[in-house]
Amino acid sequence: MEATTTTGPNRHVGRAIRRKEDPRFITGTGRYVDDLTLTGMLHMAIVRSPEAHARITSIDTSEAAAHPGVVAVYVAEDLPFEGGIPMVWAPPGVEVNAPDHMPLKSGEVKCVGDPVAVVIGSDKYGVVDAAERVIVEYEPKPAVVDPEGALEDGSPLVWEGFGTNKTHEWAVSGGDIDAALAASDVVLEHRIVNHRTAGAAIETRGAFAEWNGHTITLTSSTQIPHITRFILSGVLGIAEDRLRVIAPDVGGGFGSKLNTYGEEALVCAVARKLGRPVKWIETRTENMAYTHHGRDQIAYVTMGARSDGRVTGVRARLICDLGAYFQILTAFIPELGFPVAGGCYAFDAIDLNFTGAFTNKFATDAIRGAGRPEMTHWVEVMMDRLARELDLDPAEVRRRSFIPKEKFPYETPLGIVYDSGDYEGTLDKMLAMLDVEGFRREQAELRAEGTYRGLGYSTYTEVCGLAPSRAVGPQGVGLQAAFYESATVRVHPTGSATVYSGASPHGQGHDTTFAQIAADRLGLDPEVVDVIHGDTNTGPFGKNTYGSRSLAVGGEAIAIAAERVQEKAKRICAALLEAAPDDIELADGTFRVLGQPDKSMAMAEIAGAAYIPPQELPTEIEPGLEETAFYDPENFVFPFGAHACVVEVDADTGKVRVVRWIAVDDCGRAVNPALIDGQVHGGVVHGIGQALYEQVVYDADGQLVTGSFVDYALPTAAELPSFETDRQETPSPVNSLGVKGVGEAGTIAASPAVLNAVVDALRPLGVDYIDMPLTPMRVWQAIEASTRGVAPAGDPPPDSEGGR
Amino acid sequence: MSTVNVRVSVNGEAREDAIEPRLLLIHYLRDVVGLTGSHVGCDTSNCGACTVLLDGESAKSCTVLAVQADGAEVTTIEGMSTDGDLHPLQEAFWSEHGLQCGYCTPGMILMAAADLLARNPDPTEDEIRHGLEGNLCRCTGYHNIVKAVQKAAADGGARPAAEREGVA
Ligand code: FES
Ligand code: FES
Repeated sequence: MEATTTTGPNRHVGRAIRRKEDPRFITGTGRYVDDLTLTGMLHMAIVRSPEAHARITSIDTSEAAAHPGVVAVYVAEDLPFEGGIPMVWAPPGVEVNAPDHMPLKSGEVKCVGDPVAVVIGSDKYGVVDAAERVIVEYEPKPAVVDPEGALEDGSPLVWEGFGTNKTHEWAVSGGDIDAALAASDVVLEHRIVNHRTAGAAIETRGAFAEWNGHTITLTSSTQIPHITRFILSGVLGIAEDRLRVIAPDVGGGFGSKLNTYGEEALVCAVARKLGRPVKWIETRTENMAYTHHGRDQIAYVTMGARSDGRVTGVRARLICDLGAYFQILTAFIPELGFPVAGGCYAFDAIDLNFTGAFTNKFATDAIRGAGRPEMTHWVEVMMDRLARELDLDPAEVRRRSFIPKEKFPYETPLGIVYDSGDYEGTLDKMLAMLDVEGFRREQAELRAEGTYRGLGYSTYTEVCGLAPSRAVGPQGVGLQAAFYESATVRVHPTGSATVYSGASPHGQGHDTTFAQIAADRLGLDPEVVDVIHGDTNTGPFGKNTYGSRSLAVGGEAIAIAAERVQEKAKRICAALLEAAPDDIELADGTFRVLGQPDKSMAMAEIAGAAYIPPQELPTEIEPGLEETAFYDPENFVFPFGAHACVVEVDADTGKVRVVRWIAVDDCGRAVNPALIDGQVHGGVVHGIGQALYEQVVYDADGQLVTGSFVDYALPTAAELPSFETDRQETPSPVNSLGVKGVGEAGTIAASPAVLNAVVDALRPLGVDYIDMPLTPMRVWQAIEASTRGVAPAGDPPPDSEGGR
Repeated sequence: MSTVNVRVSVNGEAREDAIEPRLLLIHYLRDVVGLTGSHVGCDTSNCGACTVLLDGESAKSCTVLAVQADGAEVTTIEGMSTDGDLHPLQEAFWSEHGLQCGYCTPGMILMAAADLLARNPDPTEDEIRHGLEGNLCRCTGYHNIVKAVQKAAADGGARPAAEREGVA
């Protein structure tokens, strides 16, 4: 199905123009939350629990309160809230044990980092000194750290009131799974761990609030200013219109700032109480402990196939470690993967069961990909296992099982409708770039020399463009919200324009791509189209940025609003040129009368007439030139692609190096190819990071081992290759732009490709699976176990110097 | 709180400030001088978001006390361009899409300027990658950062604008 655009050829969409937002970032004039100051500003430091699970027996704040420069020290009782941070998923018919999650804890702490007191004062260093003087006594309780153990009878409980560590259970099924597996020639079973990771944006979180006696203004390093306003208005007990939330420049999010956090409520409450501006900037140590984590699932997978490699059915039981609390989407994130549980493949039946477990760790929630990387990881790992089992080429097994191009739109057994796809197209393009025979030759030669190279594929589809409100809202999947996006497009009297978007970027480049979309529809250059976002007091009500939604939902809202402006501009132009509106076309940036190229007007002339109407303009045309649109998509969009990873494994040390990466992605129509490549690069590295280096580790007592960037190993430039990327463009029929999304695609694709490549490299040594992260220790242990029959000693300890 | 005086030249401007002896250079630059282009991304000297030039050498300014910079010349991202005339590295980061959220970018540019191009005007990809090992970027996957440094090297730009005066 071809998407159509209603305005002539795209002049700016599709071009790799350089970004409009960059001048401020390359000159140091970006404005992140910590760059802002206000007269009379106070700093806030937080006293946090060093215990994983304990009863608070006493808190003595007297010494801290007496510290020079300290204005106030508050514990939970001093700062009453209407409620804690709510989890916004209430699936119909499913019981979810939702614990209290107050901004300051009283009674008990449930994980390391739990806030128990705040210190407010005039000096940034002084409040930290004073926080160290708050004396808190704890009576430790047993910590629960293993999610599977947590679900066993007799486990100590994180929340005694629930009588269980089970948070909830959610199941979805389609097709006859028993019949599908029974009819299979081969049935594979496997346990696959997707470990806990961190978003690790280089800018930590930060929140800055002021109160003017009527309105609270919160400036926060957040992905979701509008949603945060909605949630905090409830927590703080203040009308939504009296809480303004601003997302300034935000230094990366990756889902970790797709949340409303207790600290944001705390600065607001303290600013209101003291009548002075209050700023809190998270340290990296706090960030590792108390900005939500992601993943942390154990999948028990059963997959069937015919002897020719065509898949039949898949069943997965997923144990999800949700931590001690729910952030706004915690319990929902694993389930967000369900629409793509079958990947790119034509399964007859899919059967999924998600069980959540409380542990004494901080909450998991959305991290880049949010549920889809987890789902895709085991699907793609299983496809390789299937290929090995049947002694088939892993690309061929995929090809045989692909949903064929002519079957789109395609309804999966779970009732999800994939909008468009051409999986063989991306696979073929990737294979052509790769040169498989060349690789296999080289692999064999190097093996003869004792060097282990491996090749791994991942052919993924993902679900983004969140979201059709009917599907995911209260009566659908049960999110207590809607997921449209809004835009206002205003052309100024001089012929420049401003686009107000409800999306709220943190590196994606909305200023540029949104300007390209509007410019095409307004007959303007993107240079004169400015994009404003991230302020609840500016522009229409928005739903912000996550889930690769900004373009497919926010971009479409802009396209619709800009089309409406164009229609009005045509009416004005027609009246002034004495033509019928239907006879006005926008071409080459000018509005002109069809067949009379000499009769034309530029947008600047039309805009001038819109704001200072000449007598010739009929009075029924309202003055002004701006329109607002709210767009709620009819379906999700489903980007897809084919990635190949080549690794080299040092069999003596277990060290894995990625030496080549090929990515062919199809995210529908390309608005700005350079930005797409950038998203793919960053996304893939996020997935490589998880596969090889990154892991949030709690020890058996619930102590956080990876509390800094010393222990939590982010990939650096030195470990990575450059990437070979290409694209295919299969337009989405869901929106007029034909676009999908690409912010998470690389991450979703990457981790199984790495794992498959490492296993391919080590097959001669008999290694056929290793749980991520594939640190030197784990890989070495797997090689040892396989070649010498020595079993690796349980779960290996995290490498103390990080995963590198 | 006792204070000490530091004399520092920041981006060519001579300053004298009374500061707490324990004040870190990054906080001196951001909170006292008011130059917020240098950022803080960690508390363990791992991320490089705070990288500045100290007498022409790259330094993680979160790891240096402001008093240790007494008598030194400090260059921050704000000193890399003059009157809208961008440094070749700034131009290259822009043209090669070497940044997304921009948070790591000032540190990357100063690191690339000092440790890479000043020492090695024509680095290989591998040398660039190892040269930037101490600077973390979560957004770009480094691919375009490497390309930007290669482009800046090709454009012959190793030094800050102040030093490039008179250079054609
Ligand atoms: S702030 Fe991270 S190295 Fe300086
Ligand atoms: S551009 Fe965001 S951290 Fe580098």
